[in-house]
Amino acid sequence: MGAAGENYINCAKGLKSWLITLDHKRIAILYVISVLTFFFVGGIAALGIRLELFSPGPDVMNADTYNQFMTFHGAIMVFMVIIPGIPAIFGNFFLPIMIGAKDVAFPRLNLLSWYLLMFGAIVSISSLLFNGVDTGWTFYTPYSIKGSAGVINMTLGAFIMGMSSVLTGLNFIVTIHKLRCPGMTMKNIPLFVWALYSTAIIQVLATPVLGITLLLLVAERVMGIGIFDPALGGDPVLYQHFFWFYSHPAVYIMILPAMGVISELITTYSKKTIFGYTAIAYSSLAIAAVSFFVWGHHMFVSGQSEVAGIVFSFLTMLVGVPTAIKTFNWVATMYKGSVTLKSSMLFAMGFIFVFTIGGVTGIMLATAGMDVHFHDTYFVVAHFHYVMVGGTLFALMGAIYHWYPKMYGYMYNELLAKLSFVFIFIGFNVTFFPQFILGANGMPRRYFDYIPEYTELNRISTMGSWLIAIGFVIGLVTIIQGFIRKEKAPANPWGSKTLEWTIQSPPTHHNFESTPSVSGGPYEYR
Amino acid sequence: MSEHHEHHLMSFKTHINVFVALIVLTVVTVLLSSKFGLVDFGKAGLLVALLIATAKAAIVMGWFMHLKYDGMMNRVIFLSSFFFLVLFIFFCLLDILTRINPRL
Amino acid sequence: MSTVKTHKHAFHFDSADHEYESSKQGVWLFMVTEVLMFGALLMGYMIFKVTMPETARAGAEYLSWQFGAFNTVVLLFSSLTMALGIYYIRLDKRKAAQISLGLTLLCGLIFMCVKYIEYTSKISHGLLPGAMFTNANETVNLPLYFSFYYCLTGLHGLHVLIGMGLIAWIMIRIGKGHYGSNHWTGVEGVGIFWHLVDLVWIYLFPLLYLVE
Repeated sequence: MGAAGENYINCAKGLKSWLITLDHKRIAILYVISVLTFFFVGGIAALGIRLELFSPGPDVMNADTYNQFMTFHGAIMVFMVIIPGIPAIFGNFFLPIMIGAKDVAFPRLNLLSWYLLMFGAIVSISSLLFNGVDTGWTFYTPYSIKGSAGVINMTLGAFIMGMSSVLTGLNFIVTIHKLRCPGMTMKNIPLFVWALYSTAIIQVLATPVLGITLLLLVAERVMGIGIFDPALGGDPVLYQHFFWFYSHPAVYIMILPAMGVISELITTYSKKTIFGYTAIAYSSLAIAAVSFFVWGHHMFVSGQSEVAGIVFSFLTMLVGVPTAIKTFNWVATMYKGSVTLKSSMLFAMGFIFVFTIGGVTGIMLATAGMDVHFHDTYFVVAHFHYVMVGGTLFALMGAIYHWYPKMYGYMYNELLAKLSFVFIFIGFNVTFFPQFILGANGMPRRYFDYIPEYTELNRISTMGSWLIAIGFVIGLVTIIQGFIRKEKAPANPWGSKTLEWTIQSPPTHHNFESTPSVSGGPYEYR
Repeated sequence: MSEHHEHHLMSFKTHINVFVALIVLTVVTVLLSSKFGLVDFGKAGLLVALLIATAKAAIVMGWFMHLKYDGMMNRVIFLSSFFFLVLFIFFCLLDILTRINPRL
Repeated sequence: MSTVKTHKHAFHFDSADHEYESSKQGVWLFMVTEVLMFGALLMGYMIFKVTMPETARAGAEYLSWQFGAFNTVVLLFSSLTMALGIYYIRLDKRKAAQISLGLTLLCGLIFMCVKYIEYTSKISHGLLPGAMFTNANETVNLPLYFSFYYCLTGLHGLHVLIGMGLIAWIMIRIGKGHYGSNHWTGVEGVGIFWHLVDLVWIYLFPLLYLVE
């Protein structure tokens, strides 16, 4: 199959060969480029937000600009970075290889997903032409009905990106059901695949509801249909039900793939069979299932009935169970393993640390009585950044380093990578831990100003954001330096056991010389 | 799916029978509605209409959409959508009905 | 009759059957998203109906159940012809399949014409959604009923149009000899989509036109 030294990168040349490619690995690279670009833009917005909050009163921008920065940071990071992030990049690249397939089930659909993401992103960002959007990423009515007309573009863009997400999920489900190689039973697939499977189920089931919600919002804007407008007899709380029926499960779209990555990292760098494979696999499914009955916890103070509040509060606590199962299993895997502290492993351990803080504060917020105090304060901001950034982005960084040799065929500088971890980890905690205290003291979220009493902690938080930025720059340098240094990567630099490490780095166009056949579990270390 | 299995082909006559059944149910749902007032179900009218519609839907899914002869997995996939829809409706109604009438 | 092309399955599948089963599962998963999208909107309408029964009753007065019933029969018949289209293509009767699909297309067209008549008569009486409502009827929140009416039937109508486009595409492909007794994936996929459109109408008809 092809000449020696041929791989998926050099088997065809020219920009066109990339833009019309049907190869899942090349599509993954397209996602790498686009998601990292979006991440850069969203990150700049985040730094702007923190800079403005360095001291009270308007410093570098006025309130309107701040609101737009806040909205763009949220919308870009949610819809363009962490939702597509791990599944679209690493799922696309490794899901087929991990189950011994030559490609995903529907390669054309796969490419279409990428184009839809790009198209949706352009439509969203075009809202800047209409005074931007200042509603926050949730587009709550009535703000979104009364405010800038840019909401129409932004929501249409999110709708299109939602379609991209649905198609990716659909593709993954069929791939996992139908394209597993001989011997690759559902009990033998790697845990990353289990995580992607659970994610895909949520993508297919929840995203259509977001689709109809956003379409109704557009109709509301364009024609004033009034379904969410109390002046015409509509119900704004109904909008929140519609929105959170998708958007709560969506936070598990963000975190489940990250958890899958962590399972891979922990077992590889501990050189030990994963503890409780079945428990971790089924807890992914359990999280996906439970995610559909808990959305009301976003609405404790928005006029939802007390009965619903109590029910949702109780159900939300259930999420803690499968999440804790995973955490304990990861720690148990490390116990008496031969842990090597590679950069990816550092990110995995960092994940467990910050995710635990994020998870436990989540239980605090799930308690309806406490949420009345914490709701819409910086406590919530700190909580979801501990879960989303500390969770998903840490896993994304770990995944980038872990699979770098396989994807590009080169090794990177381990020291630089570790340095990026140090900066990101410390910077992250310096940025967001003070926000827990700020929130508990009553600083509301989303405002561009605050009373002088909050100044010190806000300064610490802003300085932390600079540390994170330095960390990501070092990370980028690590990646680029690896390309320049061109140190050839062996097929299996980490001594990992999953199928992607049995083939050459980078893989050939068809992944495998011949269809592989497996007879045991994915992590038979010792 | 390595084993080869024959794909079931439904006969012409079954197609026609299914169509007739659907038409009959349509006539029934119209006759039972308040437009004719043959039977007064009162508030249960909505429930009756939904039941008949579900029966029709089941016929379309089973025969026209071939789900009766399809694999278990496709059946589970398609029917799961209704399960999650019911979940959505249940929790929304839980909120809205107890909001209108807190004593409920 | 043009020659029948033999279908070659894509490289990442083991066999044509493998490809067929995978594609069909993909279609079913897509149908799940359709059910949830329509279902969520229908749920909004149900909540409206439960919380404002008077308004819903006043709104339904303006709908003609005869039109609704006629359209129901048209769509059910189109489902039959769609199913027969698949039946004939699997027996390699390509002419009969095309005629069946042509009838389906015709039914879609009739459905949309009736819809057009309904819409224009409502619009001429100022029965428009939400803020655009100009009819003299002052029942509380009546415009909201028409918001739901237009959203539900509009989204459904859009699906009918998309379905018609897909059927036309399938008919052309049959003409080119792409489908036959050994390969009918596309026909069946479009069929499932068309039946789903029918399925949605089966619920819309009683909920909008009949129930008080």
